[in-house]
Amino acid sequence: MSVALDLDLALFEGLCRLGDSTLVLGHRVSEWCGHAPVLEEDIALANVALDLIGQTQMWLGLAGEAEGKGRDADALAFRRDVWDFRNLLLVERPNGDFGQTLMRQFLFDAWHQPMLKALEASSDPRIAAIAAKAGREVAYHLERSADLVIRLGDGTAESHARMQSALDRLWPYTGEMMMSDDTDRALAEAGIMPAPDSIRPQWDALVAEVLSEATLKAPDQRFMHKGGKQGTHSEHLGHMLATMQWLQRAYPDATW
Amino acid sequence: MSSEWPLWEIFIRGQHGLNHRHVGSLHAPDAEMAVKHARDVYTRRNEGVSIWVVPSNAITASSPSDKGPLFEPSNAKVYRHPTFFDIPDEVGKM
Repeated sequence: MSVALDLDLALFEGLCRLGDSTLVLGHRVSEWCGHAPVLEEDIALANVALDLIGQTQMWLGLAGEAEGKGRDADALAFRRDVWDFRNLLLVERPNGDFGQTLMRQFLFDAWHQPMLKALEASSDPRIAAIAAKAGREVAYHLERSADLVIRLGDGTAESHARMQSALDRLWPYTGEMMMSDDTDRALAEAGIMPAPDSIRPQWDALVAEVLSEATLKAPDQRFMHKGGKQGTHSEHLGHMLATMQWLQRAYPDATW
Repeated sequence: MSSEWPLWEIFIRGQHGLNHRHVGSLHAPDAEMAVKHARDVYTRRNEGVSIWVVPSNAITASSPSDKGPLFEPSNAKVYRHPTFFDIPDEVGKM
């Protein structure tokens, strides 16, 4: 295989990593629709979910173009199996309680925002344009999730305990966001996407600041799960996709 | 529910130059969250460029039972409407 072909493949993979992460998190957050603790949070969560699904359409749409096999965003979202998904393991974690959902959102937003900022400088103008548009939405996601993590962490004994437990559960899934493999290195060398570990200083600083204000303590744990970006997922993703994909699987190309 | 968050009245300014208008109310623990909730609940379709939130209990309202004494007397005072003046042509459209 020539170098050019390798880079095309890396581009497709890299775009699927972004688009699948926003898709899976968007679907997870949408599972709250009609179930959130209060009406106002229900609507706020649905807004975040819709933002993420909108970003998915752009990332997976571009991934389909980069692949050049005629697959569009819908085909990629609804007709791939679990091992073809390239999302981060963090975003496929089940919602748990409201605290776990918010903590997952914050840990992701704290990566997502600087990641999009860096993507705005991509050598590929299509990627830079998507990142700029998504960045405005994600700046609000981060403001909201950080604010709520602080309020609930530094809230009642009950809310503090729930937020600390959410942090302990989710922490081992955060390392994957900043880990590099050959795909990441190829994309970073071509200036298409930032090296994942270049996001680390901003993520560390932001998370440390918010957790300290929230009176929460990051676990003293070094082990980090990985594999989502390469298609090795937890059992939770398959269940989620079964719900998400059944209609397009049962009635391919169904329209209203 | 006694543990419910306080109620806030929400005012949105649609486009520059127009006044803030009352659009509804919502619950929030404090003013800052009320602005966030208002953004999520009332500006989803690009309705606003500015949000005001006011605690509902800060509003003093006229009593519905006072409607008669408060408002009916002005019914019979047509001379308060400026419709009895001839507007000179040179003024143009008003």
